[in-house]
Amino acid sequence: MRLPKFEYLDPKTIEEACSLLSQHGDKARLIAGGTDLLIIMKHKEVTPEYLVGLKGIPNLDSIDADAEGVRIGALATLRSIGDSAVVRERFPFLADIAGKMATHQIRNMGTIGGNICNAAPSADTAPSLICLGAKAKIVGPKKERIVAVEEFFTGPGETVLKAGEMLTEIQVPNQPAHTGGAYLRLTRLSVDLAVVGVAALVTLEGKGGLCKEARIALGAVAPTPIRAKKAEGVITGKKIENGLIEEAAQIASEEARPITDVRGSAPYRTDIVRVLTKRAIRQALEQAK
Amino acid sequence: MKRLIQLKVNDEIYEVAVHPHRTLLEVLREELDLTGTKRACNVGDCGSCTVILEGKPVVSCLTLAVEADRKDILTVEGLAQDGEMHPLQKSFVERGAVQCGFCTPGMLMSAKALLDENPNSVEDEVRTAIAGNLCRCTGYVKIVEAILAVSQQGG
Repeated sequence: MRLPKFEYLDPKTIEEACSLLSQHGDKARLIAGGTDLLIIMKHKEVTPEYLVGLKGIPNLDSIDADAEGVRIGALATLRSIGDSAVVRERFPFLADIAGKMATHQIRNMGTIGGNICNAAPSADTAPSLICLGAKAKIVGPKKERIVAVEEFFTGPGETVLKAGEMLTEIQVPNQPAHTGGAYLRLTRLSVDLAVVGVAALVTLEGKGGLCKEARIALGAVAPTPIRAKKAEGVITGKKIENGLIEEAAQIASEEARPITDVRGSAPYRTDIVRVLTKRAIRQALEQAK
Repeated sequence: MKRLIQLKVNDEIYEVAVHPHRTLLEVLREELDLTGTKRACNVGDCGSCTVILEGKPVVSCLTLAVEADRKDILTVEGLAQDGEMHPLQKSFVERGAVQCGFCTPGMLMSAKALLDENPNSVEDEVRTAIAGNLCRCTGYVKIVEAILAVSQQGG
């Protein structure tokens, strides 16, 4: 099983990469870590004539923090995000999953940009980024635009990226005080894709206070990662107690629209959403206190 | 179109002309005759083809050779020094951690990368480091013991 033939292009700037994408249209694909793309190319599911390699573009893998938040370059590896002191400090649950996904080797190769642009419904970084209100910086041949990660996915493997556009950065805003988050997932093996992933983020009005804001995002149970907004509504504005957590978890499971596949049946996934949502809210609440 | 690339493998410089669709694994095995690095699943799941690229373990079956141009690569052939096995290799032999042997090169490279970063790794860290290396003989216990034995000597 070998890769089909292609020409390899290695732009030195983002502008050059966009212009190559525009020039070659559907015949070209960007390659970041390659850990998703090269597999489907070996299976001949996609056979691009051109691969546009991004590793030669300076600073596309940098992680920079300022008073607004953290900007994670699209080429930052999962490993570097998991190890990043600033990501661990400000968004510990994001660092935690980046440091746990797949295997050691794949974390050294796979990038956050690739995880997002591959747009698998089970993309492990997506639910946490959605809860954190992260934004995607997209650069095209003529202009830049910013899209919420929540709005980035349009279907399995499909995104809002248009011809000639590329994701260059994920911007994660700093969170208010008394905010806590958690991402929990069920996998068959620790190195495997998520059967279900649930992220929860809770902001309290002061220590032990009412829930000012809640976000819950679900992975692997719909064509894209989704928000469970009705479940969020159950706990928002209230003092989060066990009964409410149970209710929110039940409603989140009703918001999920899972399919049955090799990793799990739809009814099983639905129930796992309930279980993981309950646990994720509890953990987020602990962190927020 | 072929590209001329320079690979630094086990401290030796090789210049090779390769097509962009060749993986680092293919070039190591087929062009450089370094067949210690094994091909098994070929899709990044099993870790048999693990090499250390710029100090980090990666799967060479999903690494384009052209993207390894001018990079520092360590393969299993580079572990022994002056005819002496690496302490990890000795430990694998002494503790029967080499079973059928096919996963061994990949296991060694993952273990080497771990101990280079953290010479005093504990069992959890060892198990996490080799979670991407599958042993079809399923004898992980001796492999973990062999790595831990070297770890206790400080790498």
